[in-house]
Amino acid sequence: MGLLWLIPTLPFAGACLLVLFGTRLPKRLVPVIGAGSVGLSALITFFVGFDFISSGLPSFQIKAWQWIEVAGLSTGFTFYLDALSLVFIFVITFVGFLIHVYSSEFMVDDEGYARFFAYLNLFVASMLILVLANSLALMYLGWEGVGLCSYLLIGFWYTEEKNGYAARKAFIITRVGDTALAVGLFWLFQEFNTLDIQEISLQAAATWTIGSETAVIIAFLLLGGAVGKSAQLPLQTWLPDAMAGPSPVSALIHAATMVTAGVYLITRMHVVFELAPLAQTAVGIVGALTLLLAGFSALTQWDLKRVLAYSTISQIGYMFLALGVGAWSASIFHFMIHAFFKALLFLAAGAVIMSLHHEHDMFKMGGLKNKLPVIYWTFLIGAASLAALPLITAGFYSKDQILWLAWAGVNGNIWFFLCALLGALITSVYTGRMVFITFFGEEKTHVSHHPGKAITIPLIILAFLSLFGGFIELPHTFGHVTVFSDLLSPVIPATVLREGVQSSEWIVQLIAAMVALAGVYVAYVFYLKKPVLADQAKAAAPGTHQFWLEGWGFDKLYNLLFVKPFVYLSSINKQDFIDSFYDGLVSVAGVFHTILAATQNGRLRWYVLGIVIGAMLILSLALLD
Amino acid sequence: MILIGFIVILLLTGILAWVVSLWNIGYAKWISLAGMIINLVLAVSLWVEVQEMGGADSWIIKFSYPWIPAFGIGFSLALDGLSLLMLLLTFFLGILAVLTSWEEIQYRVGFYYFNLLWVTAGITGVFLTTDLFLFYFFWEVMLIPMYFLIGIWGHENKRYAAYKFFLFTQASGLLMLLAIAGLYFVHGDQTGTYTFDYFQLLETNLSASMEWWLMMGFLAAFIVKLPVVPFHTWLPDAHSQAPTAGSLILAGLLLKTGAYGLIRFVLPLFPTASHEFAPWGMLLGVIGIIYGAILAFSQTDLKRLVAYTSVSHMGFIMLGVFAFNELAMQGVVMQMITHGISTGALFILAGFIYERIHTRDISKMGGFWTQAPFMGTITLLFVLASLGLPGLGNFVAEFLTLLGAWQSDRMLTVVATLGLVAATAYSLRIMQKVFLGQSVNSPFPDLSIREKLMTVPLALLIIVLGLYPRPVFDAAKNAISNLYSIVGQKDLMEQIEPLKTGGTHE
Repeated sequence: MGLLWLIPTLPFAGACLLVLFGTRLPKRLVPVIGAGSVGLSALITFFVGFDFISSGLPSFQIKAWQWIEVAGLSTGFTFYLDALSLVFIFVITFVGFLIHVYSSEFMVDDEGYARFFAYLNLFVASMLILVLANSLALMYLGWEGVGLCSYLLIGFWYTEEKNGYAARKAFIITRVGDTALAVGLFWLFQEFNTLDIQEISLQAAATWTIGSETAVIIAFLLLGGAVGKSAQLPLQTWLPDAMAGPSPVSALIHAATMVTAGVYLITRMHVVFELAPLAQTAVGIVGALTLLLAGFSALTQWDLKRVLAYSTISQIGYMFLALGVGAWSASIFHFMIHAFFKALLFLAAGAVIMSLHHEHDMFKMGGLKNKLPVIYWTFLIGAASLAALPLITAGFYSKDQILWLAWAGVNGNIWFFLCALLGALITSVYTGRMVFITFFGEEKTHVSHHPGKAITIPLIILAFLSLFGGFIELPHTFGHVTVFSDLLSPVIPATVLREGVQSSEWIVQLIAAMVALAGVYVAYVFYLKKPVLADQAKAAAPGTHQFWLEGWGFDKLYNLLFVKPFVYLSSINKQDFIDSFYDGLVSVAGVFHTILAATQNGRLRWYVLGIVIGAMLILSLALLD
Repeated sequence: MILIGFIVILLLTGILAWVVSLWNIGYAKWISLAGMIINLVLAVSLWVEVQEMGGADSWIIKFSYPWIPAFGIGFSLALDGLSLLMLLLTFFLGILAVLTSWEEIQYRVGFYYFNLLWVTAGITGVFLTTDLFLFYFFWEVMLIPMYFLIGIWGHENKRYAAYKFFLFTQASGLLMLLAIAGLYFVHGDQTGTYTFDYFQLLETNLSASMEWWLMMGFLAAFIVKLPVVPFHTWLPDAHSQAPTAGSLILAGLLLKTGAYGLIRFVLPLFPTASHEFAPWGMLLGVIGIIYGAILAFSQTDLKRLVAYTSVSHMGFIMLGVFAFNELAMQGVVMQMITHGISTGALFILAGFIYERIHTRDISKMGGFWTQAPFMGTITLLFVLASLGLPGLGNFVAEFLTLLGAWQSDRMLTVVATLGLVAATAYSLRIMQKVFLGQSVNSPFPDLSIREKLMTVPLALLIIVLGLYPRPVFDAAKNAISNLYSIVGQKDLMEQIEPLKTGGTHE
């Protein structure tokens, strides 16, 4: 376990090496450093995890050095391992490693090969610091680091103006959320005089009463940070544009890192949220709304990667919903399974796009089933898991838990359940749509390139996990395996069920299964059997279609409310109006100068006249007295 | 003696460089460089010594020599942790100022280095002196050489900028002179000893209104120098027109003398009045943060842009100084150093770009990353520092400042924190306009060895300060607790809200 510090350090060292010497290294060595460092981290994670679990300790902490020690604030580079961070570092390093391997082939012809791996490594390192941090200050460092890397990677192809725009958008919008988080930290520090997470949890539980005002406000501030990074309402708008980066980047952002940071933050601070029921319910509402909004948007996209982007927003919405009803373990379980299948889907989509000369438009694809069999099958498995096809996919087990607890959990209710259920239907419809349009039908673009082993092997591994990863946690009604929740039980509280609902679990499961299958059938009818129907539906409500396509008009709204006023305010005042006051002073002085200078003209009679007038004035004043 | 040594070395090498330049210009450069390096070495060795001492007293060295005893004027210098940090920064940036002028300055070279060294000497004096008369003297010594630096070696609009700089600083400086004289007489009337000595003047009892007015005099000089909105308009002109080294010294050091003055003189001499002024001070700080950020966003002149970011960053200093607690004050000290480094670096880089394409207009730049990735990486680092990325020095400064300010005023702190979003917007805009996007067709060589020699140490320093800021905290700690013990003592009578978190005594 003493090797824990190496887990974030290795990718960071890799990034440093690649930044410093990347351009001078032989090209073969670049992925060795890039993927190798993350691979080593993944290996160490296995050892450390094995050690940790067999030791039976609740947590383990190791300090690298003291960071800030001043005026009562003490925070170090201290890494904290418990079951929760273990799950996260496992997913980050392992899925991250597969993405690195994939990139070694995917990016091989790019000029910025070394730069790309440097950024990827930095991304993984930041995320690892985020989840291993023992204090909120250190977590904030990872938090911002992740934001930075998203900026660097989304704008990786920097010569395109629009990539730069998307990159800045991602960084700035997530920073809006970070501001809320930062204020939350200030407040927590003032309350407890520490930023140590365990310390805060202990003290909060001891001093705050349930529903106390401070707890609620702080929880809302933390939620503000979480929605920014996790692309939830109302700060979700950056994620669809984040597609500007290379596909492996999307896989990394959506699956292993970044967007799950918010889920982690809320879970990590669950004590605060449990003391603030109002804020916790808000988490659930945010999740429920987001999963629906993003789901509808996903239905209308034509860009393959944008469908996946909206599906990420929607799936993270499920995780938030789960957090909101107190289904902590279910949320983290879904995070892990989602990481597997979403990484798989993005990587497979990237392979498809690469095979078709960078074609993103699904409607120009089609018939790839036979041309790219490996990609087809793996993508199909990922899609099945996303659509939560019953029994065979991991996605079913993780999502089913959330659906069940959205209703049966003690904070759950019928509305959460209905939202989740509707979301599940939409999910399987858009997933089916995506699969049918892309891989079935007739071939529209010729396949120019066949992916090699570095691309297909990660896909196969992820496909395996997307199918069988779910078996470590099975419901009561079916197998009743609780390996995952047992692992997490020392860290996060178990979900409490409402009374008298136990018996209905199998009904909920049945409904969920039916809904998933029904969704796929709908997609089959609309997009494969009778494509006319889809066109008719689109033509019937063009306004709605456009509205969903553009993500419910949030971009326009924010442009109008924030971006334009800021830019306008800035541009009209480019010359700094305050300066005109000083210019005014200068002109006034200038005027006096001209007037007074005019009197000094060298003409004797003027001077005499002046003297006379002056003398008369003085005399008359004297006389008047 | 070493304290006088710092100043004398600079003054003498300045004269020497001027004289030598009559025969050989190359030697003049080397002499100037040597002068700065000797001072830095001395300062570093002093620092090492101090750390070994682990002194309890906040004043490490005191030196006093009666200069004009009849008026109670002494040549008094003293050094504590704060001034030591400032000296280290001064000499470090001084070396860079010489190096960056190496090729850039082509005419009247000897006189240029004379001015450069003398302005540094003035700054050194300001950071060291404990006699108010002498302080005013050094304050002027800073001003005049800087006026020449801008006016003679500046860009197209240099005379306007130089006048503006001179008038703003001079006018506000005169108000401070009045206040110094006022304090002198009040103290003299009270005790019978007429003196400009800082330590004795600290003991002066002032009536509330007198304290308020005298503070205003000092404040005038310092907030113009810092600068605080709305007294900032000299700064964009001065920065954009000055030669690179001029901008570097302005941003890195001259602005810091304003901050230093607030900490060294305003707070301890006028504790009650500054407590009363504190909400306004914090408000001005926040206005500066937001206003500077908004203006920075629309600038098209690269140096002007960076100048407005300075206005924004100096707002944090105002916010922190008047938050009245140790956390915020440590943040302020850190900010003085990290802003000097990061903004100094950005000005140096702007100078490099100007040397390559002869324009400061960012609309004529773009896509330089392809040709100059090293320069791009370095610029990225300082841009990130400027937007407050954790892991770099500026974050530590701003985080502590905000953390401390939160305990004094929540609303203002929230607004200031939002300033970080605006900082992201303007900082990334620099990166986008200069290094990213479509590349403009002009040859753009990457950094030369000399240029790397200048930027890499800056880069390392900003990273080290971000990850291991402890040496700075330790150095400043005694000075800050001493400050609060003075402020606190004088305050006891007033019973104004005590400093909340460990602001006072350890």
